[in-house]
Amino acid sequence: MKTRPGQEIYMDNNATTKIAPEVLEAMMPYLSDYYGNPSSMHIFGGQVSEALQKARLQVADLLGAEPEEITFTSCGTESDSTAVLSALQSFPGKRHILTTRVEHPAIKTLCENLETLTGHKHRVTRLKVAADGTLDLNEYERALSEDTAIVSVMWANNETGVIFPVEEMARMAKARDILFHTDAVQAVGKIPINLKESDIDFLSMSGHKLHAPKGVGVLYVRRGTPFVPFMAGGHQEKGRRGGTENVASIVGMGRACALAGEKLEEENTRVRALRDKLEEGLLSSVPRSLLNGHKIDRLPNTSNISFEFVEGESILLHMNEHNICASSGSACTSGSLEPSHVLRAMGVPFTAAHGSIRFSLSIYNTEEEVDYVLDKIPAIISSLREMSPFWTGE
Amino acid sequence: MWEYTDVVQEHFLKPRNVGEVDNPSGTGDVGSLACGDALKLTIKVDENDTIVDAKFKTFGCASAIASSSALTEMIKGMKVSEAEKITNEDIADFLGGLPKEKMHCSVMGREALEAAIADYRGVVLPMAEGEIVCECFGVTDLEIIRAVKESNLRSVEEITNFTKAGGGCGKCEEKLQHLLNETTGETSPVKLVAKKPQRMTTLQKIKKIEEVLEREIKPGLRQDGGDIELIDVDGDTVLVSMRGACTSCTKSQTTVKEFIEKKLRELVLDTLTVEETK
Repeated sequence: MKTRPGQEIYMDNNATTKIAPEVLEAMMPYLSDYYGNPSSMHIFGGQVSEALQKARLQVADLLGAEPEEITFTSCGTESDSTAVLSALQSFPGKRHILTTRVEHPAIKTLCENLETLTGHKHRVTRLKVAADGTLDLNEYERALSEDTAIVSVMWANNETGVIFPVEEMARMAKARDILFHTDAVQAVGKIPINLKESDIDFLSMSGHKLHAPKGVGVLYVRRGTPFVPFMAGGHQEKGRRGGTENVASIVGMGRACALAGEKLEEENTRVRALRDKLEEGLLSSVPRSLLNGHKIDRLPNTSNISFEFVEGESILLHMNEHNICASSGSACTSGSLEPSHVLRAMGVPFTAAHGSIRFSLSIYNTEEEVDYVLDKIPAIISSLREMSPFWTGE
Repeated sequence: MWEYTDVVQEHFLKPRNVGEVDNPSGTGDVGSLACGDALKLTIKVDENDTIVDAKFKTFGCASAIASSSALTEMIKGMKVSEAEKITNEDIADFLGGLPKEKMHCSVMGREALEAAIADYRGVVLPMAEGEIVCECFGVTDLEIIRAVKESNLRSVEEITNFTKAGGGCGKCEEKLQHLLNETTGETSPVKLVAKKPQRMTTLQKIKKIEEVLEREIKPGLRQDGGDIELIDVDGDTVLVSMRGACTSCTKSQTTVKEFIEKKLRELVLDTLTVEETK
């Protein structure tokens, strides 16, 4: 299967996004002329240091935070690990982690490792979700305990786009002096965020999900929150993260955040309307198709739809023949033999989980593209159903 | 993204012999919706024992569809006695190879062929009589031993790639290692010990109950598109919630009471009672 750059209809923006032209332009000088080390004393490093400060301010602006609360990392996963491990080290007497069953592998695997690899020192509670992917806050409140070192709950789910009420949950944790972390990798740039108005202590984000390059992330640490670095080393990032800064990518991250702030309204109007058109079109033209996740409490760009009795990898590869890019929660696409843990936690039946397709749009998608996809998908599904031993007609 | 050969892509995008043969001489139905792939093979055999027609219906990924299409092309025109010698490796070779994680798709093809031939001859396959080792995907010891011998498998990972066994909860890994060692004639480094703790803390109880649910109960429910979740353990009361197809199943009350409670009492603690939350 060949790639045809420039021709693709890219609806897999929760996996990664294209680098915005403005972002690339902002980065280029720092990949050529301005190669100084920001820690150096000479002016050659000093100019680069100024660029980092500007990027920090741009990120802080988007999040409603102070620049000194922003630490640059290498990715969302590093930010997640840093936050959770920092809290556990800050409160060595507390052994409990409270999270959900639908977290991204960055948190899911970390928690599994903390349960098993550390000689069962840590206890993890994973909140269940309802059939529409939402949490029960009563169950959450009951699960908070004196032993809880940190709560880690994603702001929005990467597979379904379902948004969790993290601000309210952070308030409830704060009332019991429990630290609250949110993996906001999918939420930042898609919905308004104002950390000044919240009790969130840690927030993780990633560059490549909002049109910055891969290999750069951010960890927000609320001022006054106890902190233990994950990567020990030099005094970079005020000693919070050792290692020479990934300057060009950080500059790109700053520009991408400024851009995301400008485009936030478009994301929530035009992109949302495109998503809704795509979703309603597919659900009405393909029989036995269903939406996974809460219809309202959801990111404006994400739609996760199950086509019953057909398998996700087959759908994706047929879509690929038409240059349409999306992803699936089926077992075969993941390399494991079981379908997505998110859909299973929601109790999506196997008939539907294996045939789930996630469409995730961005500001670069057009109505023509949505029309094209709406034109192609129904035929793909019905040709695969003709082949399926379980399909008995509508 | 998987690396598929041109032949795999060709057979996936333009599959041959899709459908069902009218009045088939033999039918082979393998796999299930829950497992993520399934194949129904129908064959027509003439009076000279020649397979004159073969068609398939497949639910699954690209390699499952391509393996099915390839299989039907391979066996058409063959004598039944020749067709029954086809191995999964032959199917994979016909396709120019499959990614190693996808070898189970070719195994599914061979299994469907065997089932269809057995159906044609009116005999029962010995594989079904083996003892289930992998509960998640319903794989028997006989199937595993055969795959190890035929495809010269040397690790548990390879067994998973070829048979899917061990690809779900992973609890049967030790048993798979044991079977592998026995079959290849090596001595087992792992001892299987079954123990039943006498007195348990709540934490131990929860862990044990979760294990039993995972190993003994969920696989069966999942085959029917359902699932169960452990919500809480309060003293000896086990609170569970039924998921998926089980929630709408009128039999779910009986399932909970009779099946799950019996299993938990037998394997964890004989004082446990099960209750369902909505």
